Amino acid sequence: MSDSKPSAVVRPAPLSPHLQVWRWHVTMAASIATRATGIALYGGFLIIAIGALCLAAGSDAYADFTGIMGTFLGRLVLFGVTVSIFYHMAAGVRHLVWDFGKGFEPKTANLSAIVCFAFGLVAAIVVWIIALMTGAA
Amino acid sequence: MVSTAKQHRTPLARARGLGAAHHGVSHFIIERATSVALVPLCLWAVWAGLKLAPVGYEGAQSFFASPVNAVLAILLVLIAARHMSVGMRVVIEDYIDDTAMRIALLLLNTGVAGLFAALAVFSILKVALPGLAAH
Repeated sequence: MSDSKPSAVVRPAPLSPHLQVWRWHVTMAASIATRATGIALYGGFLIIAIGALCLAAGSDAYADFTGIMGTFLGRLVLFGVTVSIFYHMAAGVRHLVWDFGKGFEPKTANLSAIVCFAFGLVAAIVVWIIALMTGAA
Repeated sequence: MVSTAKQHRTPLARARGLGAAHHGVSHFIIERATSVALVPLCLWAVWAGLKLAPVGYEGAQSFFASPVNAVLAILLVLIAARHMSVGMRVVIEDYIDDTAMRIALLLLNTGVAGLFAALAVFSILKVALPGLAAH
């Protein structure tokens, strides 16, 4: 390089540390769970869209759909979708609070992560208790 | 690495096509705006699921015959599809290094979200407006 202007020094792009070298903590688990439940809800959306399609296709197709969702595996998937809805909802509200620059103190962030996990589980269990009591499950 | 020959080009010309096209801002805003709408819509969806599960085919038909239910279901489908396709885009961009694979998955993501949203909206309309659907 003969020119006097400083040329751009190209370094390899910085990499964030891999999962294995992080100490496991609740905010990290909450972050991973937010993404994981988001991906799960992508699948949940497809299931519900197929349900709508079956309903539009007629009573036989709809009976097939409700039959499959009524099996143990189907209920397990739907329970997972319910947990994902409530967890992802709470995590989303947490992110909206962060967008206003609040809630980043380690104690607050740890607490809000625990609240999200608790809300996701408790709200889903309450919904399924209601479902069992009303004959929905 | 910026080669000597390319240094004749202006910094703007070098940056074009390589980085932010300012779509990121709209994705950021779409992700958050849809998330706000999805809080009440998902609560409604859980309630709708509880209502629909025990009532069978005829019950589901009359549920969607209600304009309020049909409109809320369509809103949920459209907004959820937008939110999840923008969210999945971030996941793909984060994890898929290979450019060809990334572009393929981004197209697939947009296509799947759009296709299933259209199928669901059509299905809801067909159930909500039985007089309009030819059998």
